[in-house]
Amino acid sequence: MIELQDVYKTYPDGGVALRGVHVRIERHEFVYLVGPSGAGKSTMLRLIYREDRPTQGTIFVNNFNLAKLGMRKIPFLRRSIGVIFQDFKLLPKRTAYENVAFAMEVVEAPSKTIRKRTMEVLDLVKLADRSHAFPSQLSGGEQQRVAIARAIVNKPLVVVADEPTGNLDPETSWDIMRLLEEINFRGTTVIMATHNKDIVNTLRKRVIAIERGIIVRDEPRGEYGYED
Amino acid sequence: MKIRTLIRHVCEGARYVWRNGWMSFASISAMAVSMLVLGVFVIVALNVNALTQNIENEIKIKVYLDIAYPRAQVPMVQNQIGSIPGVKRITFVSKEEELEQTRLRWGEEGKKLLQSQKKDPNPFPDAFVIEVYEPRQVDDVAARILELNDTNTPKPIWKLNYGADTVRKLFAMIDVVRYIGIGLIAALTIMSVFLIANTIKLTITARRSEIAIMKLVGATHTFIRWPFFIEGSLIGMIGALIPVLILSILYDRLLLYAETEIGFLREVLLPAHESMSVIALFLLVLGQLIGLWGSVISIRKFLRV
Ligand SMILES: Nc1ncnc2c1ncn2[C@@H]1O[C@H](COP(=O)(O)OP(=O)(O)OP(=O)(O)O)[C@@H](O)[C@H]1O
Ligand SMILES: [Mg+2]
Repeated sequence: MIELQDVYKTYPDGGVALRGVHVRIERHEFVYLVGPSGAGKSTMLRLIYREDRPTQGTIFVNNFNLAKLGMRKIPFLRRSIGVIFQDFKLLPKRTAYENVAFAMEVVEAPSKTIRKRTMEVLDLVKLADRSHAFPSQLSGGEQQRVAIARAIVNKPLVVVADEPTGNLDPETSWDIMRLLEEINFRGTTVIMATHNKDIVNTLRKRVIAIERGIIVRDEPRGEYGYED
Repeated sequence: MKIRTLIRHVCEGARYVWRNGWMSFASISAMAVSMLVLGVFVIVALNVNALTQNIENEIKIKVYLDIAYPRAQVPMVQNQIGSIPGVKRITFVSKEEELEQTRLRWGEEGKKLLQSQKKDPNPFPDAFVIEVYEPRQVDDVAARILELNDTNTPKPIWKLNYGADTVRKLFAMIDVVRYIGIGLIAALTIMSVFLIANTIKLTITARRSEIAIMKLVGATHTFIRWPFFIEGSLIGMIGALIPVLILSILYDRLLLYAETEIGFLREVLLPAHESMSVIALFLLVLGQLIGLWGSVISIRKFLRV
C-alpha cells in the first residue's frame, strides 16, 4: 500500500514539481502515471522510493512512514521496492546473470538462494539462455528484461517503473508490458510513469494524470488522454 | 557480519587497490617511505635509549688522590665523601689494584710494557670510584668533592674525572634528532593520509553507478562502505609491511656487521628480535590507522550513503 498525503515538492533551485498531491494505491494494483513532460511524474516516483524527500506532506510505502524513516532504515524500504528505468542502469562490466545476482549479494542473501532465485527470474524474463551475455551484447528489450529481473529478484511488494518502454520500439515495448502484467498478476503492485498512449489505451489499468504538480484525473481503467 | 560477506568485502577492497594501479602504487610508496623513515628513527631511538641508560648507569666519578697524600688519612677522606648527599657508593682503589687491573686490561702486549715498571715506582695514584644516585646530580657531587681540598690539609685530591660533558652533548644531540624525526614523520604521515584519501576518492568516483545501484536495491550503508575501508587498510598494511621487511633485513645485516667489525656497536645494539618485533608491531598498527584515516576522509566526503 502506498499513500501520499498533501505532498509538496519544491527543488532547491525553486522549481515546484508537486503541489498538494493526495493519492492512495492499494496492494496488487497496476497504475499508469501520465501527464505532460515536466508534470512531476518522475519526482513522485523518486519520493516513493525515497531517493528524495517531500518539502511537505506525508508518504507511506509498504508500512514505512517515509517522514520518520532514518537513514539507516532506507535500505530496508528499498528492499521492498523494485525500480526500473528508461535507460536500464545495468552494470556494463557484469553479465546479465551477475547484474541480477548482484542485487541479492548486496542484501547478503545466501549463495545457494542467489543461484536458484537468479536463474528463476532470468527464466521468467526469458533470458535464461543469455545469462552470460554482457549488456553490450544484448538488445534494448533484453537489457530492460535484465533490469526487470533485477528489480524483482528480491521479491519486492512494489515495482516502480519510470518510462520503462521509453527507449524501446513498439514490439519490444509490448514484451515488457506483458512481463510487467505477469509480475502484477503474481501479486506485486506496479506503478509506471509513461508517455505511451498506445499501451495505456490498450492494456487498460488505473490512470493517474498529473499536470504541473497536481493530480487532475484518477480513473480506474482510464485512458491516456493526451495527444503526444 | 557473515564470514562470506567479509570475504566479499576483502576481495572487493583488494580489487579496488589493484584496479587503481598507479594511484595505489603512489600511496603505498609514500606510506612505505614514511614508515621506513619512522622505522629507522624508532630503531635509533630504541638503541640510543638503551645506550643512554647504560651510560647513565655507568656514570661514575673517579677521584684521584694526590700521590703525596698520606695513606693513613685516606679513610677519613673516604668518610667525608661518603657523607656528601647524593653519593650512593664509594670504593677505594689502591694504586696496586689499579696497576693490576691495567695489566689485565692490556693483556700480553701490556705485560711487556709494564714489566719494566716492576712494583715501584707505580705510576698510578690511589683513587676512589664514586657512584651517585642521580646521574644528573653528578656535577653537584663533583663540586662538593673538590671542596674537600679547601677544608683539608694537605690537599687530598689531585684530580677528578667524570663523563659529564660527553653525556650532556649526547643528550642535546638526541633531542635535535628527535625533533627532526618527529617533524619528518608528521609530514610524511600527512602526505600518506592525503594520498590514500585521494586513491579512495578515485575508486568511489569510478564506482559511482555501482554504488547507486547498490543503494537502489537496498544495500546497507555499512555494506557499501566496507570495501573502501578494506582498500585503505590494505594500502596501509602493504605500505607498512614493505618497510618492516626492509628494516629487518637491514638490521640483521647491521648486527652481523657489528659482530665482525665494530666492537663498540656490538655492545650497544639491541638484539634483533627485541627491537624488530616492537617496530614491526608499531609500524603495522600505525599503517592500519593511517589507511583507515585516509578511507574515512574520502568516505565521509565523497560517499554520500
Ligand atoms: N533535480 C531537479 N532539480 C531541480 N528541478 C527538478 C529536478 N528534477 C525535476 N525538476 C523539475 O521538476 C519538475 C518535474 O520534473 P519531473 O522530472 O518530475 O517531470 P516528469 O513528469 O517526470 O517529466 P518527463 O515526462 O519529461 O519525464 C520539472 O519542472 C523539472 O524541471
Ligand atoms: Mg520523468
